[in-house]
Amino acid sequence: MLESLDRYDFSLIDEREPIRWPNGARLAFWVAPNIEFYEIDPAPNPARRAWPRPVPDVQGYATRDYGNRVGHMRMMRLLDKYGVRGSISLSTALCEHHPEIIELCATRNWEFFSHGIYNTRYTYGMSEAQEREMIEDSVRTIKKHTGQDCAGYLAPALTHTERTLDLFAEAGGIYTCDLFHDDQPTAVRVRSGKPFVSVPYSLELNDTIAYVVNKVEPRRYAAMIKNAFDRLYFEGKKSSRVMCIPLHAYQVSHPHRLAAFEDALAHITSHKDIWVTTGREIAEYYIEHHVA
Amino acid sequence: MSLDPSYLTYPHRRYGMDHARYEWSMLTERTPVKWPGNAKLAVWINLAVQFFPLNQRGKPFAPPGGMTTAYPDLRHYTLREYGNRVGIVRCLRALDRFGLRSTFAVNSIISEKYPRLLERLCEQNNEILCHSWHMDSLHHGELDESEEAETIDRSLTRLREATGQPIRGWLSPGGSQSHNTPDLLASHGIEYMSDWLNDDLPYPFHTTHGDLIALPLSLELDDHFIVGVNLHSETEYAEQIKDACDFLLQEAEEAGGGRLLALNVHPWLMGQPHRIAALEDAIKHIASQSGIWSASAHEIVNAWRKSP
Repeated sequence: MLESLDRYDFSLIDEREPIRWPNGARLAFWVAPNIEFYEIDPAPNPARRAWPRPVPDVQGYATRDYGNRVGHMRMMRLLDKYGVRGSISLSTALCEHHPEIIELCATRNWEFFSHGIYNTRYTYGMSEAQEREMIEDSVRTIKKHTGQDCAGYLAPALTHTERTLDLFAEAGGIYTCDLFHDDQPTAVRVRSGKPFVSVPYSLELNDTIAYVVNKVEPRRYAAMIKNAFDRLYFEGKKSSRVMCIPLHAYQVSHPHRLAAFEDALAHITSHKDIWVTTGREIAEYYIEHHVA
Repeated sequence: MSLDPSYLTYPHRRYGMDHARYEWSMLTERTPVKWPGNAKLAVWINLAVQFFPLNQRGKPFAPPGGMTTAYPDLRHYTLREYGNRVGIVRCLRALDRFGLRSTFAVNSIISEKYPRLLERLCEQNNEILCHSWHMDSLHHGELDESEEAETIDRSLTRLREATGQPIRGWLSPGGSQSHNTPDLLASHGIEYMSDWLNDDLPYPFHTTHGDLIALPLSLELDDHFIVGVNLHSETEYAEQIKDACDFLLQEAEEAGGGRLLALNVHPWLMGQPHRIAALEDAIKHIASQSGIWSASAHEIVNAWRKSP
């Protein structure tokens, strides 16, 4: 096991060459809806149980399924209203299970990136060949069902190996969402030497982490998002920043939460000098202008 | 190091669900639901009338709200008993005050332990659902089928005898089921169950004895989930219920189809004197909206069946 991740160079954020997004934008803002499929009775992984209760874990399974039956459509209406294109963290088997959702996203010209095959299949314990097969399967599935070349990766259920970043870069990817060390993109070293970057995705502002892990109230979640935006927008005057809101329709789209979230989205999108964009566009721009 | 090759095979990777219990369906793709009187929002408030055994087994998990200390946990045992003696009266009064109806999901053991409580509930003429035998009779994937069948049979038989009601609805303790629960419920005359939380409206659920109806009772808006698990304040509880009510009314208006607000309330929790005003605040807000239909669970199920 490694003591240090050793994938990126150290630098203090105020000692770097300033970066600037297209049209002088101070902040690149992106929203990453996780569109996931959780299996009711997945193959067991030795390092992690899929469900806390014996199968069938009705509460756990049904809670996630709510997102697919009810939540995504609510979230889409909201993102449409504020002109935000989603960058979808996709359990790629959902292309087979629920193609109707994929179609709704595709007609909106949303980005699809890989979040593995299922969110109940963990990377822990996979050999290199197995992990490569899983990653390549997910990339192929996105291509087959959407025509898009997958650019980004968020490991399924945030489960990794030491090789994950290398393997995804070799499968054609250019960015990872798995690293939370900075408010700007960072060049990430991969063994092939290909250009590869980390695009800030936020665990702190992830709705599931906020609501479920940190037990945050709906209106306080909106306040957290607004506070984060205000500070990043202020700091972005000197050197541009990235802000991401990762979402799960089975959390944020509930009737007691979505109106409060809308307040935060309205606040953010009312500002000038922000670049409302996708993960891929941030990665491509950063690689072109800031990665040698 | 590597995983068993089966870890990279996906036998249920296909159109629809990865099981055969219900069809994949997006709410927005369905024919809009019509409630009686063209109401926009059906409101179902359920009071959970529960018995937590002092000698809790807690297998395979402790029931939500169950005993937590070493035996005998007098603290939690009596706090739950409070609901059956004091909290229930406060909750009933709050509902009466603002003219909303409720149902009662009752652990059948209540018929033996506290017959006067069950009698009092029957005097209300509200619908009673079966909540299994008690909070520690958990239905789960490792439970023997014959043992589960016996629990369901005993729970329904006793509750039907004691109440004189047909008992058509079911709520499992902790919302937990085994693979067999839906089949056993259907074969014992149950018409609808409220453990599956994956929708905002009823939907058909297949069993070996014909279809049940899944009538989702929100966990996210459950008082114990908000106050007991998430540790939000009672004021926050009321705010979230009111926000949900407003959101669903607006969505019903825009979508041209009825919506459902289904609230589960525990008298041992919201019936405490420092919380009851927050429950009243939420109930008052709901009751004052135009376009709501306060109904029993079975009435909602029937209206859904008749809806075009």
